[in-house]
Amino acid sequence: MRGMLVGAMLLAGLVAFPIWAQAADEPFLITLATRAVILALAAVGLNLALGQGGLVSLGHAAFFGIGGYAMGILASHAQSYAPLMEWPFVIEGTRSMPVIWLVAVLASALAALGIGALSLRTTGVYFIMITLAFGQMLYYFAISWTAYGGEDGLSIYVRNGFPGLNTLVPIEFYGLCLVILLVVLAFHAALIRSPFGLALNAARQSPERVRTVGIDTRRLQLAAFVLSGAITGLAGALFADLNRFVSPSMLSWQMSGEIMIFVILGGAGRLFGPVAGAIMFVALEHLLGGVSDYWHVFLGILLLLVVLFVRGGVIGLLAGARR
Amino acid sequence: MTVLVARNLVKTFGALRACDGVSLDLHRGEIHAVIGPNGAGKSTLIAQLCGSLAPDSGTVSLLGEDVTGLPVAARARRGLARTFQVSALAMEDTVLANAMLGSLGAQGRPWRFFWPVMRDRALREAAEQALERVGLADHAATRTADLSHGQRRQLEVAIALTMAPKAFVMDEPMAGLGAEGSKTLTGFLDTLRAEAPILLVEHDMDAVFALADRISVLVAGKIIATGTTTEIRANAEVRRAYLGEEA
Repeated sequence: MRGMLVGAMLLAGLVAFPIWAQAADEPFLITLATRAVILALAAVGLNLALGQGGLVSLGHAAFFGIGGYAMGILASHAQSYAPLMEWPFVIEGTRSMPVIWLVAVLASALAALGIGALSLRTTGVYFIMITLAFGQMLYYFAISWTAYGGEDGLSIYVRNGFPGLNTLVPIEFYGLCLVILLVVLAFHAALIRSPFGLALNAARQSPERVRTVGIDTRRLQLAAFVLSGAITGLAGALFADLNRFVSPSMLSWQMSGEIMIFVILGGAGRLFGPVAGAIMFVALEHLLGGVSDYWHVFLGILLLLVVLFVRGGVIGLLAGARR
Repeated sequence: MTVLVARNLVKTFGALRACDGVSLDLHRGEIHAVIGPNGAGKSTLIAQLCGSLAPDSGTVSLLGEDVTGLPVAARARRGLARTFQVSALAMEDTVLANAMLGSLGAQGRPWRFFWPVMRDRALREAAEQALERVGLADHAATRTADLSHGQRRQLEVAIALTMAPKAFVMDEPMAGLGAEGSKTLTGFLDTLRAEAPILLVEHDMDAVFALADRISVLVAGKIIATGTTTEIRANAEVRRAYLGEEA
């Protein structure tokens, strides 16, 4: 119950903060909050694999980056009026966010299906290493892919559009991102309570038990991994749109590490854990980044304290142990 | 009618023949106990029957179907329910959630993503009934990690029950139970054989001789004798190898 209360307060803050920033005429703070919401979405995706499924993926930047490049590639073609392909049929670029999101979700889900199917043949530290390896493969591929900017990345001049909204207005784009986060959180909450969620959670705790009642644990985990990758891919498309820029750094292993930090800092497996983690990370980055270039040291100390002394991350600290 | 059949199972680990040509039947309506000293290969045998270990040679069949090549989950869906020697449970979840996992698996449909599982009446009733039968109904809402050792053993049996299986394979269900718990569980298993036959691997000789219709004695990966309790008690080889000379 306290978990729900903490979550409600968190969401209330996410609604109130940009309204305050708007009133105080601080558009930069709204952009900062948008960044937090989008990173939270990426982390909610990882939380499905890591927190619910126990799949420690150190390659989620792959999906984040695929979502980013889905936006970059489609929008750059719309910008140059050159079709993506002309044969056997013509595919044009687009500036429409819903279309870009759909492509980002499908592309990252497909990538997660392939990466997951191979990675899930292993467990433990091997799973971590193989997901990391796939992430790095895509990272170096993007660097060498000069058609789409290679190492320099791809810039978009104008943010893509959403019917009925002016996405160039910071608070409107923020609202759009927040609604998506809420929808995905609602999906996640439903999933945890569903038969699938029950089996997935049990498979994390005792895979042998779940197989023994007749459920194929690898298929469960693959489904979770695909959903997880799709959500993180959607976040990637939004992140690229926020910055109007996509580069290989979105695919880097540091990015994978950051997404994982959000989840662990906030509380793996907790519904609002990744949201709290991403907000804390962005806030620290903003507040301490101004004080010292070495602010990551403080982040490291904080992460150490959370992992050593707080079971269930910041949400666990505020809301108490699960159930 | 034979429910579970093992034929000439061989499994070696390096130079060790942990399972050396084991053949075994489980008939409808019986409790067939497998006894043997530590290291005799009982766990290896169970693993091959249930599918977590592939035999080097030999076959396993369930209700007339060869299941030798099938993984654990596929055998479970065909009606093979196993309980573990060391409890394998989702410790963070409630007792009810663990029991529902069994009925969820039996239906073979964990692929529903939205409808709250706790509101699925069919699943829930099957789980509650099974908890009732093993005497855990009062603990349905308890976190599994908070159960006593004996209660975890009961939950293991309850999960197997929710699967409405064709055969049980129980790996030392009495292990770690006190005299009282042992007696209760013995009474319960006695009634269970009418529902589905039980292959019972057990160290508790009182329970084995009270329950078993037939006993197989496994020594060094080989079955040295199979027979009724009286036959096994009288068997000189068994007494020498296992029950102790003076028995």
